[in-house]
Amino acid sequence: MNLTTLVFILLSVMAIGSAIMMISSKSPVHSVLWLIVVFFAISGHYILLNAQFLAIVNIIVYAGAIMVLFLFVVMLMNLNAETEPVKNYRLQLVGVITGGALLLVLVSAVMKIDVEQLVEMKVGDQGLIKVLGMNLFKNYVLPFEISSVLFLSAMIGAVVIGKKGETANQ
Amino acid sequence: MDIKAYIILSLALFTIGIVGVLVRRNAIIIFMCVELMLNAVNLLLVAFSKMHAMSGVAKASPYFASDAQVFVFFIMVVAAAEVSVGLAIIVMMYRNVHTVDVNFLNRLKN
Repeated sequence: MNLTTLVFILLSVMAIGSAIMMISSKSPVHSVLWLIVVFFAISGHYILLNAQFLAIVNIIVYAGAIMVLFLFVVMLMNLNAETEPVKNYRLQLVGVITGGALLLVLVSAVMKIDVEQLVEMKVGDQGLIKVLGMNLFKNYVLPFEISSVLFLSAMIGAVVIGKKGETANQ
Repeated sequence: MDIKAYIILSLALFTIGIVGVLVRRNAIIIFMCVELMLNAVNLLLVAFSKMHAMSGVAKASPYFASDAQVFVFFIMVVAAAEVSVGLAIIVMMYRNVHTVDVNFLNRLKN
């Protein structure tokens, strides 16, 4: 077993274990922190695949911006383990069994494929900023500009939804 | 590394997200599980991009096999916009019913 395989297994165990801890921990603040650990593990996978730009963007956007927003909302609502609503035990069991059955079917379908396709690890310049930037601004410049309109509409939508409803009462 | 390892890892993360949506009642946790599913798909897209690079198809273009990573970039853009609107909706729901329990949202049932 070489070092790359070892790092892959380590990051995978870290990602899956943290994801399980996220859905099973009582306190919402702990769930947010475990999800940040999952995102760091996924960023480690990106670095292992030499997708350096996406690794940095994943840490900045997901772990840095989105999860801080989640943490801010959780702390604003003062949620903790006492106020956490819990489903009854039978519904939880049904959910876990359903998910496990789905995973079993999908994994068995994947294992039936006997094509050996290898993934390029640690080398290759597809994930570098230069190549991605050239591709983004040559072939995908129109979706890039449309996404700015999406951001503007999301910003306006968040402000309109989050505002107090005094305009509706007048 | 075989591509099957990445497919199974992504499937496991995606299934954990589905189970989280099914077993939790807190709207914020459900939303976080949706983010986890998005990230599982992102990881699979990057793995397929590197698999395409390894297979050496279409090596003529200088940007070959980097399209999937551009898609991941756009998925992150859409996820950021989605989170801002979704959290605004959850904050408004909390202001109206003073809880984040999704079982309180059953007014359309009758």
